[in-house]
Amino acid sequence: MTTTTTEATAAKAAAGHTGPSVPLVRVEGLRVSFPGAPRPAVDGVSLAVGAGECVALVGESGSGKSVTARSLIGLAGARARVSARTLEVAGADTAGFGERQWRAVRGRRVAMVFQDALTALDPLRTVGAEIAEAARLGGTAGPDSEARVVELLTAVGVPEPEARRTQYPHQLSGGLRQRALIASALAADAPLLIADEPTTALDAIVQAQILALLGRLKDEGRGLLLVSHDLAVVAQLADRVLVLRRGEVVESGPAGRVLSAPEHPYTRMLLDAVPSGRPRARPAQAPPGAAEAADAEAADAGAPDAEEAAPVLTGRGLVKSFAPGGPRALDEVGFTLRAGEALGVVGESGSGKTTLARVAMGLSRPDAGEVLLHGRPWSALPERRRRAGRSAIQFVQQDPYASADPRFTVARIIGEALPGLRRAERARRCAELLDQVGLPAELLSRRPHQLSGGQRQRVAIARALACGPQVLVCDEPVSALDVSVQAQVLQLLDRLRRERGIALLFITHDLAVVRQVADRVLIMRGGSVVEEGGTERIFEAPAHPYTRALLDAVLRLPGTEGAGSTEGAGSTEGAGSTASTGSTEGPGGAHVADVTGRDAPEQDTEHAAGQDGEHVPKWET
Amino acid sequence: MSDRARLAPRRHVPPWARFVARRLAAGLVVVWGTLTVTFFALHLAPGDIVDGLIGPGAAATPALRGQVIAENGLDDPLLLQYGRQLAQLASGGLGWSYQLNEPIERLLGSQLGPTVELAVSALVTALVLAVLAAALTVGRGRTVRGAAGLAELLMVSMPSFWLGIILLTVFSYRLHALPSIGADGPAALVLPTLALALPLAGVLAQVIRQELETTDGRPFVLTARSRGLGATAVLLRHTLRHALLPLTTLSGFVLGSLFGGAVLVENIFTRPGLGRVLANAVGSRDLPVVSALVVISSAAFVVINTLVDVLHPLIDPRLREGGPA
Amino acid sequence: MSTVTALLDRPAAAGARRGALLRSPARLAPLVLLAAVALVLVFPGVFATHAPEATDVAAALRPPGAEHWLGTDQLGRDVWSRLVHGTRLSLLIAVGATVIGVGGGALLGLVAGCGGRQVDFALMRVVDVLLGFPELLLALVVVALLGGGTVNVAIAIGVAGVPHYARLVRGQARLVLRSEYVEAARVLGVPAWRSVLRHVLPNVGGPLVVLASIGLGSAIISGSGLSVLGLGPVPPDADWGSMVADGKDFLQTAWWISISPGLAVSVVVVCTTLIGRSLQSRAVR
Repeated sequence: MTTTTTEATAAKAAAGHTGPSVPLVRVEGLRVSFPGAPRPAVDGVSLAVGAGECVALVGESGSGKSVTARSLIGLAGARARVSARTLEVAGADTAGFGERQWRAVRGRRVAMVFQDALTALDPLRTVGAEIAEAARLGGTAGPDSEARVVELLTAVGVPEPEARRTQYPHQLSGGLRQRALIASALAADAPLLIADEPTTALDAIVQAQILALLGRLKDEGRGLLLVSHDLAVVAQLADRVLVLRRGEVVESGPAGRVLSAPEHPYTRMLLDAVPSGRPRARPAQAPPGAAEAADAEAADAGAPDAEEAAPVLTGRGLVKSFAPGGPRALDEVGFTLRAGEALGVVGESGSGKTTLARVAMGLSRPDAGEVLLHGRPWSALPERRRRAGRSAIQFVQQDPYASADPRFTVARIIGEALPGLRRAERARRCAELLDQVGLPAELLSRRPHQLSGGQRQRVAIARALACGPQVLVCDEPVSALDVSVQAQVLQLLDRLRRERGIALLFITHDLAVVRQVADRVLIMRGGSVVEEGGTERIFEAPAHPYTRALLDAVLRLPGTEGAGSTEGAGSTEGAGSTASTGSTEGPGGAHVADVTGRDAPEQDTEHAAGQDGEHVPKWET
Repeated sequence: MSDRARLAPRRHVPPWARFVARRLAAGLVVVWGTLTVTFFALHLAPGDIVDGLIGPGAAATPALRGQVIAENGLDDPLLLQYGRQLAQLASGGLGWSYQLNEPIERLLGSQLGPTVELAVSALVTALVLAVLAAALTVGRGRTVRGAAGLAELLMVSMPSFWLGIILLTVFSYRLHALPSIGADGPAALVLPTLALALPLAGVLAQVIRQELETTDGRPFVLTARSRGLGATAVLLRHTLRHALLPLTTLSGFVLGSLFGGAVLVENIFTRPGLGRVLANAVGSRDLPVVSALVVISSAAFVVINTLVDVLHPLIDPRLREGGPA
Repeated sequence: MSTVTALLDRPAAAGARRGALLRSPARLAPLVLLAAVALVLVFPGVFATHAPEATDVAAALRPPGAEHWLGTDQLGRDVWSRLVHGTRLSLLIAVGATVIGVGGGALLGLVAGCGGRQVDFALMRVVDVLLGFPELLLALVVVALLGGGTVNVAIAIGVAGVPHYARLVRGQARLVLRSEYVEAARVLGVPAWRSVLRHVLPNVGGPLVVLASIGLGSAIISGSGLSVLGLGPVPPDADWGSMVADGKDFLQTAWWISISPGLAVSVVVVCTTLIGRSLQSRAVR
């Protein structure tokens, strides 16, 4: 470990990088434990970051990557016990550091950028006040702190910095917020930046822009410690990678080597699990096994003869808006889902894809247009009559924790879908269903909080299967899960489609996921369908500029298919666009909407939803 | 925001003014509702309305009964009487107490001052104590927080009348440090203020501390600390503001506990004030006085709530209208 | 009571493990104390040393001592024995008021929460108006209309609590009805009324029990408060509050007459509050 570090630093120095050869931060044998926890959160991690290089800490939730990062600035938490053979920041041994010494390090020597600027910036203060505070603490504010704020905002590519300065985080779009957060981290001119999941909360196109910005900062000579669960993000920036699992480093080395030729099985597993954007490996046109299985399960669904199969779920001219005369969440949307087919619906936040799912499920009534199930009216039915047909179409929601009554056991959760069975028969069916989704029957007596995220989502799928549906509507079914678990759940859904001929309406923001799952894809933006077509056609030859922008923003691992054609939307672009005004920035060009007006803050709707006439006044409602 | 204002200039009424107007209008409806309910409760309550108006305290001579019927037009239809009462209230009249033989508005007017004085001083004391207690104990070790929690629990559980009695016994009768009764001068205000403020401070301190602890775990606090901000500065510049926000939603509760507590505290300390008037009126079933107090208190509630609703968006920018400009 | 709503509106503290209620001494103590109070309530004769109404002018205003543990009042009655016999009335008022408040509140809240939009609007405006009053004022108005006395005080405090319980139940019911798991049930074809029985009622019941157990303490405080004002049980009946009122005029010479019953109120309230809180932290989520 240490050897790799020195080698890398030496290599950097040899390559003529500016900055001292002394690492900005060097830690050996870091161990962090919390009282009451069975094992340390971090155990024996060693790393070093030099100027102008990016080191990435990679791991799934609970791997200890964030705790490691926070320990480097003495913020692991009041109850954390931190020890290390060496813990040097800017060449100084931090062994005996008290709060006062740590405070001198924070911001000036090492600055931090967190995941979501909406929560990482104080919502009650303007972004300018936040940045100015950081500058004052770092002693770089100068006599005119406003000018300094404007300078910093300009440096991170925020257009109209004078105006943005006086705005609150919730008034800015996700991308601008994140830029403002980065500006506040740069305020004291720290040579090392720790970025903890800096793009996880962002849509793909904006994510690419922020990664480009971080890449530019690196090229300017700052050290970057990137903490991420997303190997594709890491691949864009990292020079060296440390893979963490349960607090221990399982593999480390140069990014190119680790990501293309991993040695440790866990790293391989993580890499395999990344939805690589490869088309899914599927048996030729008509899956031979599917026909037989489907015969038994869904006789009237028709033989899943790919294109020729009968439509099971059709939407025509769907329109929906949530306020009379307000913006349309759905604007003349139509789709056809055939038996045994997987139709992917892709869009960024605010594209109307979730509304489409709810309308398809008959949970929300369209203002115009209708949904047909097996060619018969569905959305137009009164709820009482729709209830009888509900077993044919089932729903898998994004958050499996919220979709199960916290008081219920797994047996009762699944049993709710099996009314009118005797107790013994019901228990047998529940166990059977659990088996079909790859869970042991012991889980039947557990409650949701005793299950892992992946287990919960499988239970939700088992409950949906209990009705024997012909259509499964999945709304972001894997986006709340760790990558390795994601892959398993996606495989499960694909298996159900093949073996039982269940048609999937698969809603997601993740193009790589959709490429693995879907036969056909619908691209949505601002409530309308901008492009529709076979998955391969869309990915190989996108027709609409927005689709191209989306595809360009997809991050790829080195060595995977397609990486050559669309270059990783980060480093090259970003380096050129230093201090650009932002409007021309981003791989997609003019149609990219980070800084234009369309990208109105999502929070408005959230606020409205959370109000419910409680004691929250709002002007001009 | 400014764009929209330029493009669509509505009438020259600023949004906040319209907001206040709407709030006050809604509040007026509440006051009217209370008035209506009390009016009909009074007239439909068991027993003769004439007895109800006179009350058992005054001698209900036939002459007085006749006077009451004539003055209140009790022979008129109920709805006419109701309309008359509304009109009377609109002109500032609250009715007549036959037991005290005095117009109610004059009676209450003289008693309003001491109660407001007591309530305001108790509110300020409670807020200061609560913020101090919460700010000084948050994030400390188990012992400090345990002790604070216990103190808060005791204060919340002690009835204000009992607290008042203890304070009286100790400071007035044993130590002779402070006066026991009356409302003369600041010294006489100390003990009643404490008796009223301490239980309230207990509740508020709990809420503030809980809010501070929740806020402390929020990412922006971590960001602030990662800039090198110290614990005290984080408290003053960031978390305290967040912790005080939810207090505004407690304003109704605070107002209620101040007024409810005042009834008892004024009684224990033999202080003049609305609370004592109310307790006496209820005891002697002087219903006109009781219903007047009900209307006044609902009006106070409306005013305070409107004030809070106006202040809330000023403190919390997220509640203001407007997206990116 | 409103104290309680104020605190309960915030999310519960971190959950504790099941069974911890009985294991930790801090959680066990209030239960034991309340059990003792219940014994006193059922068998006052066993604990009293004197007849509660036996006057003895010769022994008036005696300080606490061996003969009279908590001293005597102005009529020479034994304070301890009166305290013991007052337990029943004090607690009956509080329990009666809580039952009225919870029952009325649950009914109103469920109808509003699960009913249609107009029903909800109408009921909640009524609740808003009632919530606009200080609780004690509301209770006082009811007493003014009905007159004082044990039963009327219980009714008054119960009625004053109804809007608070109704608001909690209605809010909780809406929360559950809008939850994704009720939506999931709807997708499975479960009729709405069955979702109410299966999901809403159990999920509303928990918080309601917690609120009621803490609300019991507030009801004791309010009840004794009304008695302090002389509106409670009619002499010679006496609850703790009326004992405080009796001793109020003798504070200068005989503090024990008022202090002891006040202490009893505080102790019981501390116990119910602690139990309510441990129930609250024990609740899932």
